[in-house]
Amino acid sequence: MRIPLSYSFRNLWTRRLTTMLTTSGMALVVFVFASILMLAEGLQKTLVETGSYDNVVVIRKSSVSEVQSGVDRLQASIIETQPEVALGANSQLLLAKELVVLISLPKRGSDKPSNVVIRGISESSLMMRPQVKLVEGRMPRQGSSEIIAGNSIAKRFKGGGVGEVLRFGMRDWTVVGIFDAGNTGFSSEIWGDADQLMQAFRRPVYSSVLLKLRNSSEFQGFKERIESDPRLTLEAKRETRYYKDQSEIMAKFLRIMGISLTIIFSLGAIIGAMITMYAAVAHRTGEIGTLRAIGFQRTSILSAFLIESLLLGFSGGCIGLFFASFLQLFTISTMNFQTFSELAFNFSLTFEIIYKALLFSLIMGFVGGALPAVRASRMNIVESLRAS
Amino acid sequence: MGSKAPIVEIRNLYKSYHRGNQILPVLNDITLDIDEGEFLALMGPSGSGKTTLLNLIAGIDKADSGTIKVSGVEITSLSETELALWRATNVGFIFQFYNLIPVLTAFENVELPLLLTSLSRKERREHAEMALRVVNLYDRMEHYPGQLSGGQQQRVAIARAVVPDPTILVADEPTGDLDRVSAMEILDLMERLVHGFGKTIIMVTHDPRAAKMAHIIKHLDKGVLNVYPQNHL
Ligand SMILES: Nc1ncnc2c1ncn2[C@@H]1O[C@H](COP(=O)(O)OP(=O)(O)O)[C@@H](O)[C@H]1O
Ligand SMILES: [Mg+2]
Repeated sequence: MRIPLSYSFRNLWTRRLTTMLTTSGMALVVFVFASILMLAEGLQKTLVETGSYDNVVVIRKSSVSEVQSGVDRLQASIIETQPEVALGANSQLLLAKELVVLISLPKRGSDKPSNVVIRGISESSLMMRPQVKLVEGRMPRQGSSEIIAGNSIAKRFKGGGVGEVLRFGMRDWTVVGIFDAGNTGFSSEIWGDADQLMQAFRRPVYSSVLLKLRNSSEFQGFKERIESDPRLTLEAKRETRYYKDQSEIMAKFLRIMGISLTIIFSLGAIIGAMITMYAAVAHRTGEIGTLRAIGFQRTSILSAFLIESLLLGFSGGCIGLFFASFLQLFTISTMNFQTFSELAFNFSLTFEIIYKALLFSLIMGFVGGALPAVRASRMNIVESLRAS
Repeated sequence: MGSKAPIVEIRNLYKSYHRGNQILPVLNDITLDIDEGEFLALMGPSGSGKTTLLNLIAGIDKADSGTIKVSGVEITSLSETELALWRATNVGFIFQFYNLIPVLTAFENVELPLLLTSLSRKERREHAEMALRVVNLYDRMEHYPGQLSGGQQQRVAIARAVVPDPTILVADEPTGDLDRVSAMEILDLMERLVHGFGKTIIMVTHDPRAAKMAHIIKHLDKGVLNVYPQNHL
């Protein structure tokens, strides 16, 4: 009882120019939609890759990130004595009491200030983060005003290169090395001696304690002991979990913003599709009367025009996705909304995004085509035949 | 044929249109029988209600009062959905401007009414090809309407009308848009459908040559039917 699919398809092909224009509008919206989802996905990936499964981050209870957290010296030393902490090659503890501070530094070129994470590190900090490698210069000497910068910082911030000097915390800090942290959030950080930085920023407490587990399976026991100890108001998370939690809030924010934005944009594309489909219905009035006279029901007319509009949306979706897929070749830097610092990452296209973008394009086609299709289906046979 | 019931029985049919708050009577107490295998021509001045009467017989318009029975089925009491189902197998339409679907080939146009039947794909193909052979356009079945002349398009339209083997064929000025030669071809074809295949045709026409082909001519004037014998013309 259905009008063949080729009828809808060939009508779109017959008016190629209008079809192309309408499709481009939809493609543009799907492009924006997909790129924001890809952005959120890429961000999340970057942050999740920032952590290692065997590492545990200890921060103050209910502080979302290291920036808001505080761990005092006594609490830090209690953690230090836990049996689960792994030992390094020289039987030193694989544990780092770290400080995380946010400062504002001017960018190269524009001089515009932007937030940067300063991390005060201990000797073991680098050892516990195998994804971080010194690529230029040397490590800072303990007890000195020396720092190393992530490659993304060195590239984009004034005074971030080796031999250059950065001023913050009322001191001058000499950059003595550059480290590469791959595709992780550390690339956008500056590292220096924790004790020096605490003095400079007049901070009495650490921000977090990072430690490597002797045995990964001991995590649950360690966590329970730390979190139930009345002297400690701390919580322990696997490092991977810690960054995943952070990224989720941020990615969610991006997704909600992106989806609200594209819904507004999509109104334009939907109206475009609606105009095209109304024009098609008006142009084919006689044809609709003929099909009805031959014996096709109103519902067949309705679905033929709806399918036409869904096809419009679907092709817009495919084209938009096609162009969005090229974004994977670019690296972008943006604000980390959790710490309000800079973060560099890639767009990432997943099957879920493809499926969501196509669904979104079909919804646009449906919404745009619904009213015209209803009009087509409600036409009076005799009147539409007289109109031809 | 006298012993058989007429294939179309129209009784006291009234139809009017409303224009604003004005009522425009179009058909006024029409009573008419049409026998099976008849070729009937409906003539009359423009605006006399010919198309309206044809549309009512074909089940695409609603009468104000009166009844129409086609092959025993009282179509004036069918619902809209039932009417559509009924038309699919009982009525073949031939229009003045052919009304082919431009994006479908000649074959696909002819196959279209068969999509509403339970025929298999293979059977549909056989039936459509047969109909195209009858109108002598078998070799043009892959052509689109835009690639065919007016006369050829009307022949495709006739093939589309006859392919579901309908009870009646209705034609509204089928030669109105054609040149003399094409018009004669169409009329010959319709004559062949009546004599060779036993079809019943109800045709609205202005064309005296068309009317001459018909067995019976009914004259409609201001919504009232007058009967003329064929030799009266
Ligand atoms: N939808 C309509 N609304 C109002 N008047 C109509 C409508 N359709 C037809 N008419 C009127 O009904 C009359 C008969 O029309 P029609 O049956 O098309 O005549 P014919 O086919 O004999 O030329 C005409 O006066 C026409 O203007
Ligand atoms: Mg007419």
